[in-house]
Amino acid sequence: MIVADRKSIEEILGMVKDCRKILVVGCKGCVTVCNVGGLKEVEILASTMKIARKKDGNPLEIDERVLERQCDREYVSQLGDEVNNYDAVVSMACGVGPQFLSEMYREQRFFPAVNTTFFGGATQHGVWEERCAGCGTCGIHMFGGLCPIARCAKSLLHGPCGGSSNGACEVNKDTECIWDSIVRKKMEAGELEDLMGVKGLKDWQTARDGGPRRSIREELVQGNI
Amino acid sequence: MSDFKSGSNLERVLKAGHFAFTGECGPPKGANVAHLKEKFQYLKGNVDCVNLTDNQTAVVRMSSLAASKLLVDEGLEPNFQMVCRDRNRLAMMADILGAHALGIRNMLCLSGDHQTFGNHPQAKNVHDIDSMQLIALVKKMRDEGKFMNDEEIDVPPKIFIGAAANPFADPYEFRPYRLANKIEAGADFIQTQCIFNMDKFRDFMKTVVDMGLHEKCYILAGVTPMKNAGMANFMKKFVPGMDIPDDLIKRLKGVDKRDQAEEGIKFALEQVAEFKDMEGVAGVHMMAIEWEHRVPEIAERAGVLPRPVV
Repeated sequence: MIVADRKSIEEILGMVKDCRKILVVGCKGCVTVCNVGGLKEVEILASTMKIARKKDGNPLEIDERVLERQCDREYVSQLGDEVNNYDAVVSMACGVGPQFLSEMYREQRFFPAVNTTFFGGATQHGVWEERCAGCGTCGIHMFGGLCPIARCAKSLLHGPCGGSSNGACEVNKDTECIWDSIVRKKMEAGELEDLMGVKGLKDWQTARDGGPRRSIREELVQGNI
Repeated sequence: MSDFKSGSNLERVLKAGHFAFTGECGPPKGANVAHLKEKFQYLKGNVDCVNLTDNQTAVVRMSSLAASKLLVDEGLEPNFQMVCRDRNRLAMMADILGAHALGIRNMLCLSGDHQTFGNHPQAKNVHDIDSMQLIALVKKMRDEGKFMNDEEIDVPPKIFIGAAANPFADPYEFRPYRLANKIEAGADFIQTQCIFNMDKFRDFMKTVVDMGLHEKCYILAGVTPMKNAGMANFMKKFVPGMDIPDDLIKRLKGVDKRDQAEEGIKFALEQVAEFKDMEGVAGVHMMAIEWEHRVPEIAERAGVLPRPVV
């Protein structure tokens, strides 16, 4: 899923400092799963903002909504004209949400309440880790099912670099050296040969480097499915 | 000449069977050519070639390519370092051609320290290709006369290809295999990470020799003389991939502060003496960090002067 972190309350308050009435919109997709922008978080953010503004003697009126998904026009359209009843709208979805909202409601201002961080999953309660960089050409099967593009600080295809120490990455001792794990897994499996030789240069055209990306499923476009 | 891959002085010295002695020089944090040339003079005649580091420790400096050219102009031979952090494949191929055009005949192909260790940690890193692929790329350009995309090169670059090896990083048992892979990719010579843990290096070299890697490639042992115990402590704590035994720190601390530099040099000289006799070691890469002015003395006392002319 897409993982995000909520921005600081100070930053969000700064965005809407000239507003008297706003709407906070959550999303039931990824940000609900990673506990950053679902119903509960919308309620917490709204009440925190209200208390802060009240304390400043400048009360802020806030309405709350949670959409099924903010990355789908069908659900985004459910806000309707109501969206223009506010001085601004704060979206708690990933970076996709406030853009879909901005594209549909051109007269309104939308502010992002979260920083979208990575594609990953929860490794324990309250901890999420990156697993995928969305490079567009998956080759994890060549590396024992572990992705060095997303998980090596240098995206090495022939690691580990000289900074690997006790299974930790040189950049951050709390980060696993994924190449240490790849090598150990391959050694245990007796498949060290897979790591020898020089792999061809990666084609980054399918990643962000090839420009903004688009997926087209013809059968769906034509309405056959 | 035709028997040589690049005809560089380093290649000639190694092929003639001499024990190589290479040096290093960090380009300035500025365009101070005068200071750089002053540092070159300490190395002239005392080493077979000089590594010009490429934004080492991810700190911005004068480009290693420009500094290499300045070194050529002073009558010394550069070993042009290139890291994968700052250039994509286009810039790399362009600079490899440019290096040859400027009279540069040695290159050291590196991944590069991560930018979080440097003075612009906010920077985007490139890592379009990695050091293994860079080695293979230079080899392809030189031996096949082709760019990465197989287009013909009009006058291919003649470069003696260097690579690094860190025998002390984890997982330790994989390191000889990664070295083998670099040799297979095209490395003509290896300069190792600074060696301080001699026990571990002896063990590493035994494996390397058992695998026959020393017969496929020239391995130069990396030596950095410690200036004092503080430097040893700092490197142990903050420089990734360093293995500095407590015994060495104890030894440096065991002498008066003003004698620590001499003690550091003594340890380095003992290392050079052992490397001269160590099977599989073809030379020493002396990284006297911001201590270029001590290199003439170190080379003299190490008994590696005069440098061979071949």
